[in-house]
Amino acid sequence: MTALALDLPLPREGLSRRFSDALYARRGLLLTLLLVPPLLWLGVVYVGSLVALLLQSFFSIDEFSGTIVREFTLKTYAELLAPANLDVILRTILIAACVTLASGVLAFPVAYYAARYARGRLKAAFYLAVMMPLWSSYLVKVYAWKLLLAREGAVAWTAERVGATPAVDALLALPVIGGPSLSVSYLGQFLVFIYLWLPFMILPIQAALERVPGSLIEASADLGAAPGQTFRTVILPLAMPGLAAGSIFTFSLTLGDYILPQIIGPSTLLIGQTVYVLQGTAGNIPLAAAFAVVPIVVMALYLTAAKRLGAFDAF
Amino acid sequence: MRSSAPSIRAAAPGVQAAKRSRAPLALKIAAGASLLFLHLPLLFVVLYAFTTEERSYQFPPPGLTLKWFAVAWGRPDVWRALTLSLQVAAVATAIALVLGTLAAGALARTRFFGREAVSLLIILPIALPGIITGIALRSAYSLVEIPFSFWTIVIGHATFCVVVVHNNAVARLRRLSPSIIEASYDLGADSLQTFRYVVLPNLGTALLAGGMLAFALSFDEVIVTTFTAGQQATLPIWMLNELIRPRQRPVTNVVAVIVIALTVLPILAAYYLTREEGPSAGRM
Amino acid sequence: MSVHAPRPQAAAAAHPLASPRDCAVGFSGVARHFGAVRAVDGVDLEVRAGEFFAMLGPSGSGKTTCLRLIAGFEQPDAGEIRIFGEPVAGIPPYRRAVNTVFQDYALFPHLDVIGNVAYGLRIRGVARAERERLAREALALVKLVGFDHRRPAQLSGGQRQRVALARALVNRPKVLLLDEPLGALDLKLREEMQVELKSLQRALGLTFVFVTHDQGEALSMSDRVAVFDHGRIVQVGTPEEVYERPRNRFVAAFVGGSNVLEPDAAARFGGPPRVASLRPEAIAVRPPGEPAGEGRVALDGTCLEVQYQGASRRVIADCAGLRLAALVPAASLRDLRPGEPLRLSWSPASLHPMEDER
Repeated sequence: MTALALDLPLPREGLSRRFSDALYARRGLLLTLLLVPPLLWLGVVYVGSLVALLLQSFFSIDEFSGTIVREFTLKTYAELLAPANLDVILRTILIAACVTLASGVLAFPVAYYAARYARGRLKAAFYLAVMMPLWSSYLVKVYAWKLLLAREGAVAWTAERVGATPAVDALLALPVIGGPSLSVSYLGQFLVFIYLWLPFMILPIQAALERVPGSLIEASADLGAAPGQTFRTVILPLAMPGLAAGSIFTFSLTLGDYILPQIIGPSTLLIGQTVYVLQGTAGNIPLAAAFAVVPIVVMALYLTAAKRLGAFDAF
Repeated sequence: MRSSAPSIRAAAPGVQAAKRSRAPLALKIAAGASLLFLHLPLLFVVLYAFTTEERSYQFPPPGLTLKWFAVAWGRPDVWRALTLSLQVAAVATAIALVLGTLAAGALARTRFFGREAVSLLIILPIALPGIITGIALRSAYSLVEIPFSFWTIVIGHATFCVVVVHNNAVARLRRLSPSIIEASYDLGADSLQTFRYVVLPNLGTALLAGGMLAFALSFDEVIVTTFTAGQQATLPIWMLNELIRPRQRPVTNVVAVIVIALTVLPILAAYYLTREEGPSAGRM
Repeated sequence: MSVHAPRPQAAAAAHPLASPRDCAVGFSGVARHFGAVRAVDGVDLEVRAGEFFAMLGPSGSGKTTCLRLIAGFEQPDAGEIRIFGEPVAGIPPYRRAVNTVFQDYALFPHLDVIGNVAYGLRIRGVARAERERLAREALALVKLVGFDHRRPAQLSGGQRQRVALARALVNRPKVLLLDEPLGALDLKLREEMQVELKSLQRALGLTFVFVTHDQGEALSMSDRVAVFDHGRIVQVGTPEEVYERPRNRFVAAFVGGSNVLEPDAAARFGGPPRVASLRPEAIAVRPPGEPAGEGRVALDGTCLEVQYQGASRRVIADCAGLRLAALVPAASLRDLRPGEPLRLSWSPASLHPMEDER
């Protein structure tokens, strides 16, 4: 270290250095270079498709030739108001709401336990236990329930063993939601919807609860509140953003689902199935597009309401 | 000076006894039951792959056998579907890795006008229900008159896989001390050298995790794929057709087990790679 | 108008480019704004080759920004910066013969100690065996031997700091920049490192530019100190000059916590009618009524507080509305309690008149 002259070799000049010099000279060039490819892709492919969807919904189909008439019209949207179609829309929204409520109730204990009582390894195990089903194949999950809910399947067998068959039959005898068997009734469909979306509800609630400082609950107890009161007045309000966030997932996913209703549930159609059927063999893309816009509008309204409730404060 | 505020703990002796570390039994049971509810169905699927019963979903299975694995091995349509799925997943993941990393580089630390809008745009493909993305792509293909092909599937998959890679990359980049990039410049490395010798090694496992999650996501995607595949069948589409019109039920079960295995492993691996980042990293 | 008025240490500062070979770093009218915030607001500076130069000031005073301007992480909005006479406008950090020791050390987590230290050499294309030898040499210089293959996460704060230092030194920079490098260390380690850094700098003969908010550190280590306030340099000088002869209230208060007397009070005690600084250690505390000594000023007052500082005591007193602090050896003080009367005294020469501008 005695010689202090710069006797070390200088780095080699090259394209890389000159490019870096250019980046240094122009602030913002790097940002532009980084953003252009993804934005280009997403802008053209994704936003472009959404625009195409919107466009198609304003076209109509020629009844005789079956081809798409590319002229602006509101006729297709008007078709949505036909009783059969309106029925589909309302039915789907109702199911989505029920599923959301039930998921919230079922998700809360898991989320609460994981957030407040699980520590270290147990917490990691819980996290994994919720993540795994979330990431597992949607189709396999639906298929699993088809196996379970079949007349000769595991659920019926367990019910028989436990002597719960009369209870199950009574449930199936209920109007509207019942049916000949669980796998072709709204009841069964409802159950599987909850199963599919439960992880989506657990994780946001857990995240919201973890943000609640333990000292708040202790303070509430310290001030004399019974555990039930503490729950109602302290914990539940603070968990609301998580509940709202989770509900966005469950609501939106139910609105658009077309696979589960095909496999489990009665033969009446939901929005998703209608879209699928319309764009398939029928080739009625404009009407399919119009139907697809409905969940978008519903979710936009729901998101605005959720924002007021503070679902996005956590992010 | 001694504090003169009297303690009011005496008012609620029972509550004080309930220590924070012990959860009420009812809560534990409820939580456990929900978790069981989540996992049991998948275990059943695995069980059914070994059943000897061919025509129904009889429970309990009359017998257990391995023969269906051999049968599935011999089915050419299963192989075609599997190959297509793997190819699509590979290409879509590659595209998503590039686009997701670029976007993460831009969004991780720099504040710029429209940053939140870009964030939203990246997450939108996965935030909107699959059917919207599916029908939107379908509309676009119809409008521009592009016929269905390998690439129509890949385009759809790459679009929603970007966010998965992006989130993992951003989580990691935020954890890195920003001064190490400056330190690299300070020591004589230019931008590309810094990327190669400092950024990439530190980003490596996050990209690996993101890539694996993207692969898993693409591999078992069916909702958007049915709209963009036309007559082709990826493995999930094959399964969907089997669900609606079953040919050999146990073979479907075997395929289901394969799908479980091929998606569980990358997810577990991705989890272990990004453990330190906390819950937000592996999220969609 | 008094002969006493200190003119700005002008000759050198007037033209930073006066003698390029001796001027390691020269700032001329440099400014850097972040939106409405003027982080650096017209700074002229000259760091001489081979000196240990400290930039001292509170948080947000612009000293770190100046350091980053020298390194090249920021570019000035106005003015010129020269390093050994060469203008560096538009020259990226990787082309400057300057190395930085960062406040958080910025060690590469994916490389071991040797990999970190040899990084700069690797970029230059030095062969592996040679660069590892040079790296070990640098590590020996900073007294960190035997940790070659540890990762930064396995090192303590003091050890990481030495690695950061070695990593910078191994590249033989013309100027070494240090950004509050001792901030995260505990007191004992900090004192140790102060001595080591100083001896290292002297042994190597490099120019060190050192940023700190700790005036004790700046005074004990540096050859010259620049005191920063709100983006400007208010005084440059040797530690003695800055401490004994502060230029204005800010320097007086920031460097050593001096008493600041308003012009009328200063005039009362025999000084010119200007703002003046009076060092606490220049004031003696005696019982009331005791004669102060020849030529000394005597002032009676009441004790407000006595702060225990080990070998010394800091006495805060109120003298007819004037609040003064005195620093006296513990032994000289007998049993003084708050509320008791006392007498302060000092020599008029200790009163140092200052300029009354910001």
